[in-house]
Amino acid sequence: MRAKQITVCPSCEVKTIQQGVQQATDFDTILVKKGVYKEFNILIDKPLLLLGENYPQIDGEDQGEIITITSDDVVVDGLFLVNVGTSYTRDHAAIRVIQSERFVIRNVVLERLFFGIYLEKARNGKVINNKIVGDAVEEFNSGNGIQLWYCKDIEVRGNIVERVRDGIYLEFSDRIEIRDNFSSNNVRYGLHFMFSNDDVYSNNTFKNNGAGVAVMFSKRIKMLDNTFAKNWGPTSYGLLLKEINDAEIRGNVFEENSTGIALEGSNRINYDANHFLNNGWAVKVRGACYSNKFTNNNFMYNSFDVSYDGNLNDNLFERNYWSDYTGYDLDDNGLGDVPYRPVKLFSYIVNRSPETIVLLRSLFMDIIDFSEKVSPVFTPDNLLDRQPLMQQVK
Amino acid sequence: MMLKILKYSFFDLMRSRWSYIYFLFYLALGFVLLFLNNDVSKAVITLMNVIIILVPLIGTIFGVMYYYNSKEFTELLLAQPVKRSSIFLGQYLGVSVSLGLCLVLGLGIPFALYGLFKSDAIWDFSLLLVTGAFLTFIFTALSFNIALSNENKIKGFGYAVLLWLFLAIIYDGLFLLSLIVFGDYPLDVFSLGATVFNPIDLSRTLILLKLDISALLGYTGAVFKTFFGTGLGLLVSLGMLILWTLLPIWRMVHKSKRKDF
Repeated sequence: MRAKQITVCPSCEVKTIQQGVQQATDFDTILVKKGVYKEFNILIDKPLLLLGENYPQIDGEDQGEIITITSDDVVVDGLFLVNVGTSYTRDHAAIRVIQSERFVIRNVVLERLFFGIYLEKARNGKVINNKIVGDAVEEFNSGNGIQLWYCKDIEVRGNIVERVRDGIYLEFSDRIEIRDNFSSNNVRYGLHFMFSNDDVYSNNTFKNNGAGVAVMFSKRIKMLDNTFAKNWGPTSYGLLLKEINDAEIRGNVFEENSTGIALEGSNRINYDANHFLNNGWAVKVRGACYSNKFTNNNFMYNSFDVSYDGNLNDNLFERNYWSDYTGYDLDDNGLGDVPYRPVKLFSYIVNRSPETIVLLRSLFMDIIDFSEKVSPVFTPDNLLDRQPLMQQVK
Repeated sequence: MMLKILKYSFFDLMRSRWSYIYFLFYLALGFVLLFLNNDVSKAVITLMNVIIILVPLIGTIFGVMYYYNSKEFTELLLAQPVKRSSIFLGQYLGVSVSLGLCLVLGLGIPFALYGLFKSDAIWDFSLLLVTGAFLTFIFTALSFNIALSNENKIKGFGYAVLLWLFLAIIYDGLFLLSLIVFGDYPLDVFSLGATVFNPIDLSRTLILLKLDISALLGYTGAVFKTFFGTGLGLLVSLGMLILWTLLPIWRMVHKSKRKDF
């Protein structure tokens, strides 16, 4: 038996996608020609290739879900889906995948959506090169761009997600690879992990979101070579770590965020070769953090390098480059001979009374910062980089 | 007539040793910062510290010095049929324009040579020069006021230095203290208000808007957000700087008309 092709177009014999799916047998191709199809709740319950030609538009008319996939081996390619119904009781999605394997969703464009691509207990699938543009304004009545719930081994690559609640959201999802995505202007987070382990995200850009990436209650997450930029606001972070253990954060760029990284209750994390440029606070360490290692990072032109609550514990700052460092290197080994203290007294004062931020860079502040540097009273006196680099890390 | 006096004061100052030293100092500073650092952004931050502290100091000292030194010449001019306002305005503008020129050229030349026009830092840098020029005008005017009100040279110098010390350091100390003491009250309007009443703080805020906007927006508060997050902060700061320049000049003219020489 050979797979056949069913063509769907407004003037064809088969006028709706639903009809096409019903007529198809396993492993057929459904070719959707350009046109507008007013359909919703399209159920794909057999292995099919649903292929759009020149982005045919499927208009859900705010009625509910558009495509639901319950079978394994389904490929959805090149569709333009609009008008997913907003509901306060059900999470309507443009494309929902339920308990299936080896699916591929690629080159799909979603607009005016509630939830975008919703993967539910799915495995071994791919979500590639999709574009999701929402119109979310508030958190409570908007959905997430790409949501993974109890998923395993999924690849999310090359997607553009804008103006939804969370760009990409993972809950109870393990071994997910998130690569080359661009997530911007989202109401809440660009990327959000909850109770998900062993995931990797690399080479993504998170720009101008409520907060760039929030990683919460997860273990062994790798964060490599991402860019976190312009996440501005009092509760905005480039990267928020909460209850995270054994993660690796390497080669990322944090640029012009109100806070580069905020961490709380996070243990055994390596921060290596990251660049912190022009942030308000490069790193904010809240309580209950143990064994965090900051090595080989560039801290350049941040208003504050590190702000710290509580004791140093066994966290370590070593061999970083600090643009504010004024020491010297007499033995010429590339490491400064005088330790650098990344926590300024002023950052301590700003933590206590935030309005004092208007005194940033005033001479008076420089004077008291200097006296604190000479003899620390308020800031933890063992918090220092004993071997600051003289040259910035390339 | 005012222009003539301005021209005379200006060229008199331009020939003086102190202007050269001042000019060369900035020139050297610019070159050292750029060619030792190789980094325009870092140089702009260092320059900000210098401009905010040094420019007011030099403006104050130079203004007072010039007034007392040219007192005899002023008295000679007063005997002529020349309007008092033209004499003092002319002298004032002579001093402040030549000081401002030293600053702008002294820093501008090394940065221009270094390739500033191709760099992103050009706006930060221009803002720095504009605030520097404003501070020169403001503090020269303030020092002329002090000199006009004090016949005694030593007293005049003392007050001038005190004024600088107060605005550059002590004010911020008191400001910080009050923010901490009254920490239980909503203080965002107060803290912005207190900034406006000190030209040095005002210029600092103006530069912060460029350099540290991400930190400033980290503070929770609607007033801060509208002030720093929109163009409002820039407009209000610039407006207040203009006011800070005009008020002392107005008082200087006013005072000089009534003074017995």
